[in-house]
This record gives sequence, structure tokens and C-alpha cells, in this order.
Amino acid sequence: MSVESPAGINTAKLDEIIQTYGGKKSYLIAILQKVQEIYKYLPEEAMTYIGTKIEGLSPATVFGVATFYAQFSLEPKGKYEIKVCDGTACHVRGSMPVIEAIKGKLQLKDGKMTTENGLFSFETVSCLGACGLAPAVVINDKVYPQMTPDSIKIIIDTLLKENE
Amino acid sequence: MNDKKTLFINNIEVEYTDEKTVLEVIRNNGFDVPTFCHRPDLTQYGACRMCIIEQDGKWIQASCTMPPREGIRVETNSTKVRKIRKTILELLLANHKRECLTCEKSGNCELQKYATEYGITDIRFPKLEEKDYAVVDDSNPSLVRDSSKCILCGACVRACSEFQGHSVLGFANRGSNTVVQPMNGRCLSDVDCVYCGQCQAVCPTGAISIKSAIDKVWDVINDKTKKVVVQFAPAVRVALGEEFNLEAGENTIGKIYAAARRLGFDLIFDTNFSADLTIMEEGNEFVKRLTKGEKLPLFTSCCPAWVRYLETQHPDLLGHLSTCKSPQGMLSPVVKEFLPKYYEGYKKEDIVVVSVMPCTAKKYEATREQLKGETDLVLTTQEFARMIKTAGINFKNLKDEEANSPFGKYSGAATIFGASGGVAEAAVRSAYYIVTGEELTNIDFVEMRGVDATSRTKDAIVDIKGTKVKVRVVSTLKEAEKSIQELKAGKSDFHILEVMACPGGCVNGGGQPTSCLDATIKEKRAKGLYTEDKNLAIRKSHKNPDVLKLYEECLGSIGGEKAHHLLHTTYSDKFKGSYKDIK
Repeated sequence: MSVESPAGINTAKLDEIIQTYGGKKSYLIAILQKVQEIYKYLPEEAMTYIGTKIEGLSPATVFGVATFYAQFSLEPKGKYEIKVCDGTACHVRGSMPVIEAIKGKLQLKDGKMTTENGLFSFETVSCLGACGLAPAVVINDKVYPQMTPDSIKIIIDTLLKENE
Repeated sequence: MNDKKTLFINNIEVEYTDEKTVLEVIRNNGFDVPTFCHRPDLTQYGACRMCIIEQDGKWIQASCTMPPREGIRVETNSTKVRKIRKTILELLLANHKRECLTCEKSGNCELQKYATEYGITDIRFPKLEEKDYAVVDDSNPSLVRDSSKCILCGACVRACSEFQGHSVLGFANRGSNTVVQPMNGRCLSDVDCVYCGQCQAVCPTGAISIKSAIDKVWDVINDKTKKVVVQFAPAVRVALGEEFNLEAGENTIGKIYAAARRLGFDLIFDTNFSADLTIMEEGNEFVKRLTKGEKLPLFTSCCPAWVRYLETQHPDLLGHLSTCKSPQGMLSPVVKEFLPKYYEGYKKEDIVVVSVMPCTAKKYEATREQLKGETDLVLTTQEFARMIKTAGINFKNLKDEEANSPFGKYSGAATIFGASGGVAEAAVRSAYYIVTGEELTNIDFVEMRGVDATSRTKDAIVDIKGTKVKVRVVSTLKEAEKSIQELKAGKSDFHILEVMACPGGCVNGGGQPTSCLDATIKEKRAKGLYTEDKNLAIRKSHKNPDVLKLYEECLGSIGGEKAHHLLHTTYSDKFKGSYKDIK
């Protein structure tokens, strides 16, 4: 799926989403979720557009909502979104070594969460409700149970090979 | 429903009637609690928790959001309450920049005041390192924003949204990472801020402050090669005294002239003079448009925040805006052009015009492309008061002095420019004469007056010999937006739209002495202006002899070529972004 550049947001598409919700500001979260489905993150241009278009909102207010909820990302996501559960159960069963292994493997440093080539993005999430499978990792909605640093490296290698 | 009920504050029984909150009952009865986020003209927010009280010896409640109840016992200074307040202050100071000595708001800061009052002599938390503090945003000519002094009371966010309907500032992030900022942490100059300064006016700390021009003004005063001329806006005269413990609304213009002379300004003029000039030009422009029936309604153009709002939000309506410069914008080129004619030794290139305004947006106005090189430096009322204090001038005991001629005389119509409705009232007084050639007898248009929160949109109909002129007076851009939407929907029938961006007009401007703690201060200031208007012998702009003389000796005819060149301006489309087709 191609992600359009922030400068080239599709305003017709945004209008369509806003219209679906009657242009009401009370639907802002739902609107932002739909926008994130398209771009896989929230481009600043899109937030500015929504904030200007919907009555009673402003770009700064939309930005406030977008940064308040962890579900919204302001950074472009990779083709593979890796989510590592760091809930209590996963944490005690060793999610931290898994996280370190992923960061090392993908060479993510200084708070960067997406790889240079745009293939992988990584985040930790709170309890996924799969404590029986701890430590659990989810890649693009597919659950990988009982991960270890070695097994996650193998999975990443497999995905890399698929994209060669 | 005015039944008197009672409750107890610190064991004293007090009566209350229709007070909405315990805080109001406390303050109406000679007690007090500290507050940061509470502002009478804004919605109750309950963020800072400084106003907490102990109820019935059991519960801790924020009094600003607590409705009064019959018979409750309220403690405002119990040990528990005082301990909590002290901790709150300490926590607020934990990540605060703590540079009171060099802070612009020092002496005028509520955080500093309460920290002193509560005896915060030691803060358990270490100071952050310099690099950990937020970057200061001083990218615009009017305001400086320093997030590292922000206590997240949300007053500025509410002011921006509730006064201007604009929400340039908003909260971002969550929990301990929360900050107040424009969209995506941009600079104020990078977003559609109109620089009205209301955020600054309600800010209890130094997080938002006025960009000071004081040093530059001292420099030109001390530069012997320069001739420094100063002008004072209408609303300054009824507010400056507050900085010297005089009553709000007391007209101190005589003392202000005297102080300016003692500060070293070479000539003292009055923006009121050019307010009369504005009426001559704008009245003439309005009558022209009215007879031709084009570009109506006429929008007033005195308020730079309003002008910028139209330019950034509704550029399609710029044709409605009067082409007249603001009074500040008119006086400066007139001074530079004609002063050498009246004063020996004055050369155009040596003249520096300083203006003292109740307004932060005027600083921006002076930097506008179309007005560059006219007004050189702009001080706010607050800054001018500080200069008087620096110079050690005993303001209270100064004897009244007069402004210099030929740009110092003014009419009552000019002085009411400082209150919402004043420009329209002044314009009508003269427009009647321009149309009919007769003088209006009853010149008090009370329906256009009023600066409190309930009179932000006012309508009046003036009968000019059979022509019914409908006047709409609006203060705050939120109200202005409503009138604009009416206009765009074809539902409006007003001929003049006067807009002032600050609630109540310039008397409550963003550069005035702090007035956000008492909603009646702006009413007192407005009353001061209307009293002066009433007491002046000349109350119509077209009767100001010096204005008439200026036309005769220098400008030629009203609305003529020279007047057009010096007194009128143009506007530009400043709409940004890819969303141009909307609204």
C-alpha cells in the first residue's frame, strides 16, 4: 500500500470522511481513526485541514486530541507494524529482552520507531489480553506467542527475505 | 429567587444569594483564597487546585467549581489546606524555569506572589538543566512564549477559544508531558495568531509575556541626533494610573503628558487627534459607499487583530474593510511628513515616532509591509508604566500638562475609540453632518455602549434624515465570526460593522495593566472615557479645529489624493495551507 506524502494529502477523501460523520466535532476521534486507516498515521496537513474545516475545532485542538490518545501516531508507520506487549504478564516472562532484540535488529536508536526503509515500525503496547501466550508480539494483526530474542530475530529475517 | 441563605466561612456566618460558586461567596465577604486558573470572564476550569477549602472539617474541595450549599462550614486556611497549597506551589515550581530576577513578568506574576505569601523558601526538587527547558518562541513582534514557565492553568487556551473562537493555542500530549502550544509546537508567527495578547493578559506567570521595546525606546531617547515623538492611544489614559495605585478608570492624560516630557520625549502628541482624523476619512468613505450602495457593510479597520483575522481567515471579505489606516497608522506618517513644517530643526529622517498603545497587536501592525517605516516603536501601557518607574518619576504627584500642537487636540468622539462601540458612535456623529450638513443634537448613542460580557454584540439604528443606518458593534473575534457568517448567509442588513478583538474593546486590551482578575475594571475604564467625552467642549471629530487646520494647510481635501496617499492602506490575502476552498 502506498502512503502519500504529507504535502499531498487527499482533501477530497478527507471531506468524504468528515461528511460521513456529518461534520460534527463530537466525532473527531472517529474521523481521526478513519484518517489513520488511510495514511497509517496522522499527517500534520490532514490534522490542520480537519481543524479548519469542522466548526468549533482548530488545528491546535485536533493536535491535542491526536497526541492525547496512544492509538494515534504522528509518525509514518512501516509496512510491518510490530507491537510488543509489555503488560505485567509479558513483562515478567521476558518482554524486555525481546524489545531490546528488536531494537538491535532493526537498528532503532534515539527514540526512532520506524526503520529508514519504511519496512518496519515498532511500538510497545499495554496488555493485549493474551497473557497465556506471554510474551506476545503482534505483527500486522498476526499474533506470535511466547517470543524469545532468538525467535523474533528469525521472524524478522523471514519478513526481510519476503521483501527482497 | 433572591432568597438569602447562609453558610460559614472560618466560623463566621455569611449570607449568600445567587453566587454560583463558593469562591464567589468567599470573595464577596472579605475572605480570599489564591487562584491561578480562575478568571471571571472565562469558564470555570478547576485546574490549579489552589482555591481548595476544607468543608465541614472532612473534605477538600476546589471552591471555584463548588456550588454553595446552605449551612456548610468552609475553612479557607486550615492547616491541611495550607499544607496542600504549599505542596502544589512546590510542585509547580519543580519544573519551572525559576528565573524571577530576569523574568519579564517579575513583580506582576501570580506564581511569584503566592510563592512569597506561602513562604516557599526551599524547593525540594532540583532545578532542571538549561538544555532541558523548552525553546522560547519570540518569532513574532508582539508576544513571547516560554513554556518552561507554564503552569498549565489553561487560561490562555480558554481566552483564545472563548474570546477569539480561534484556539491558536491548545493542550498537547498527556500527563506530565502536557504542554500548551500552537499546532504541532509551531511558532505563533507560523500559525494564524492575530496577536491580540489576551492570552498574555490572562496568563498568571511569565509563560506568555509582551515583547518589550523598552530598551530600544531608551536608546532613541538618548540618541541626540534623533527627535523622538510620542503618541498615546485613547484607552491608555484611563488605565495607566492603575500601575501607580490610582483608581481604575481615572483619566490621567495630563500626568501622562508630563511623565513623557520628563522621560525625554521631544514632542508629545495624542493618538486621539488622529482618531478624529480617522473619523473624517472613514466617515467620508462610509458616506460614499452608502450613497453608491457598494461594498457594504463597511468594516472598521482600527483593530489590527481584526484586520489580521480577516486577512488570514476571510480574505474574500477584505473589500469590506475600510481602507483607512488605524489612528496609530495615520498619525505617524502625518508627523513625519508635516512636522518639519511646524517645528524648526526637525528633519523627516531624524524623527522617531513612538506610540503607547493598550495593545500587543499594534506592535505587529507597525511591522506590516504596507506601514513599514511609519511608526518606529510601539510600547504597551504596561511597558510605558515600567519606564516611568525606571526613571523614578513620581507619577501620582505630577501636575497636569498639555500635549504639543499641532497634533494634540482632540474631540470627545476620539476619546471613546478606546471602548467597544466608540468608533461607530464617533463615525455616526460625523457621518450625519457629512450627509445632511446639519449637526446632530442628541449625540449619545447609549445602545452602542457597554463593555461587559453581555454586550459583545450590539445593534443600533441611526436615522440620517430618512435613511436608516444600521450599526453592528462587536467585540471579540468569536462574536465577529457570527456576524461574518450572517453576512455570508445573506441574513445581515447592517451597514457598519465595528469590530474590536479584545472583549470590551481597547480598554481591556492585551497590553493594558492586568485586569483579568476583576471583570468590572474594564467597565470603570470605559466609564472614564465616556465621562471625558461628556466633559469636553468639542464632541464631534469634524469640529476639531486642529484637524480642520491640517486639511487646510497640509492634506487638502478629505479623501483627496494626498490624504489617500498618507492615510489609507491596502490589505493582502494571508490565507495559508491547502484548504483554501473551504469556509
